[in-house]
Amino acid sequence: MEKRIERLLEAVNAALGKRVVVLKEALGELLLEVKPADYREAAQILRDSPSLKFEQLIDLCGVDYSQYREDQWTGRRFATVSQLLSITNNWRIRLRTFAEDDGFPVVDSLTPVWSSASWYEREAFDLFGIIFSGHADLRRILTDYGFVGHPFRKDFPLSGNVEMRYDPEQKRVIYQPVTIEPRETTPRVLREEGYGAPGAQK
Amino acid sequence: MADIRNYTLNFGPQHPAAHGVLRLVLELDGEVVQRADPHIGMLHRATEKLVEHKTYLQALPYMDRLDYMSMMANEHAYCLAIEKLLGLQVPVRAQYIRVMFDEITRLLNHLLWLGAHAIDCGAMTVFLYAFRERETLLDCYEAVSGARLHAAYYRPGGVYRDLPDSMPQYEASKFRNRQKLSDLNENRQGTLLDFIADFTDKFPKYVDEYEQLLTNNRIWKQRTVGIGVVSPERALAMGLSGPMLRGSGIEWDLRRKQPYEVYDLLEFDIPVGVNGDCYDRYLCRINEMRQSNRIVRQCVEWLRTHPGPVITDNHKIAPPSRVQMKTSMEDLIHHFKLFTEGFHVPEGETYAAIEHPKGEFGIYLISDGANKPYRLKIRAPGYAHLSALDEVARGHMIADVVAIIGTLDIVFGEIDR
Repeated sequence: MEKRIERLLEAVNAALGKRVVVLKEALGELLLEVKPADYREAAQILRDSPSLKFEQLIDLCGVDYSQYREDQWTGRRFATVSQLLSITNNWRIRLRTFAEDDGFPVVDSLTPVWSSASWYEREAFDLFGIIFSGHADLRRILTDYGFVGHPFRKDFPLSGNVEMRYDPEQKRVIYQPVTIEPRETTPRVLREEGYGAPGAQK
Repeated sequence: MADIRNYTLNFGPQHPAAHGVLRLVLELDGEVVQRADPHIGMLHRATEKLVEHKTYLQALPYMDRLDYMSMMANEHAYCLAIEKLLGLQVPVRAQYIRVMFDEITRLLNHLLWLGAHAIDCGAMTVFLYAFRERETLLDCYEAVSGARLHAAYYRPGGVYRDLPDSMPQYEASKFRNRQKLSDLNENRQGTLLDFIADFTDKFPKYVDEYEQLLTNNRIWKQRTVGIGVVSPERALAMGLSGPMLRGSGIEWDLRRKQPYEVYDLLEFDIPVGVNGDCYDRYLCRINEMRQSNRIVRQCVEWLRTHPGPVITDNHKIAPPSRVQMKTSMEDLIHHFKLFTEGFHVPEGETYAAIEHPKGEFGIYLISDGANKPYRLKIRAPGYAHLSALDEVARGHMIADVVAIIGTLDIVFGEIDR
């Protein structure tokens, strides 16, 4: 492990203490996972602690883990993942938290900590249906006005549910169920453990 | 006395100064903006969802269509993310080619921004000048990839092919006499590198021309000085990056601070603003163009003397050459597997960021070990910049909103994704 990453890892451990659920390094990047109850507090510490100083929330997104490795996922379904950047110390960290309830995922909003979280959380709400409690203006952002459903959930079909066309009889634009068939030209392939490894015979 | 109330105004989505499909709901008190509420998503194509249903190689051309003004830079971040997960080493020549085209892309982007920003503020000529140079640079794109905009030139493991040895020529037509034709083809006699080198010689003079038109122009200064001031603290909190952050006086450039490819071997400076207004950001970008030109020049010099492979020889990731494919059984199998099933990326997650012309462009990639991404999140700089519009534009006049949108350098391909 690189020295800088090691230093950051120690600093995060020292600053957050028991709030850390997972803290691990992979490919030179740090992943920090906290419980949703500690989420906002942890974010506040990450920003304000003089040894960390993550001034910037670069990105925040929702993730739907329900079909991870062909439905082998046993944990919670929805997570929000944010990428934090410290300009002062020139390091990055990834902050993740899983929403407690799969049916009605709720996570604290980070808008009081970083104002850039506002639109990112609106996006995650729009696309994944994750509710951010404490967000002042949680509206849909990318989908159409009056859109139904959360399109980036894994159970939402790629071709959608409704399509729009002009109806010459009613002389207006109408919605109707989609007429195109979903089609997959290249199937998704997940290889078994040790595929192609030397000595792995059938 | 008459009852004076605030009223709301719809700006766009068909407004020429909205730079695409931005619908801006402005709440006005007289001519002063009280609140700006951007409605976005009219160009939403669900790129991130589409990519989940495509193999890694099939998904690459979608990246061009994000920020369609800096195509290769988008591909770059995507390739970096995949290479990081694969642990793949890219040949040095490919790294130099990538850096060179990243900087050509930066010039393309900044030229368009300059032209559009100036035309929004009432200066027509700059637009024409900027497009003159864009034409030359797009010819470089075309020579190397065959496409002027959506290049799909960077591939995981390198770039698609080496730089061409000859440039396409203008052909005779009834609108050009022989003298005109030979003038047009004069700098096209050598290789692509000669063509680019010729451009880098001329370009500083062109930048002087733009500066002559704008930098001390009274109208330009009245429209930009003191408009849209962002303090360094707010710039950080609002997630601004790239020239928007540097304009506020924060020296932060990923090419220097977290170098990727060969940026640590190249010489260039990072221009930084002082006041954080539109004018400082304009100066920043103008100087960035000069620096980019320097980088391109250095890359040309290096590339001239260092031939070599431009894509990895790991044929599980990059296809073998046609000759190899037709003579060797092993390579035939590789080729077949690569273009039917695609390559598998080991399980894991990564975030790869580059200094895109507009700011920090990042790809957050989660792979579960399949031949398609499990989740891909695109961090578009314009998205954060546009979300800052409300705060920046508050208290300004309507005409200043146009100048602020210009300085944000937004492109809806990447904001709506």
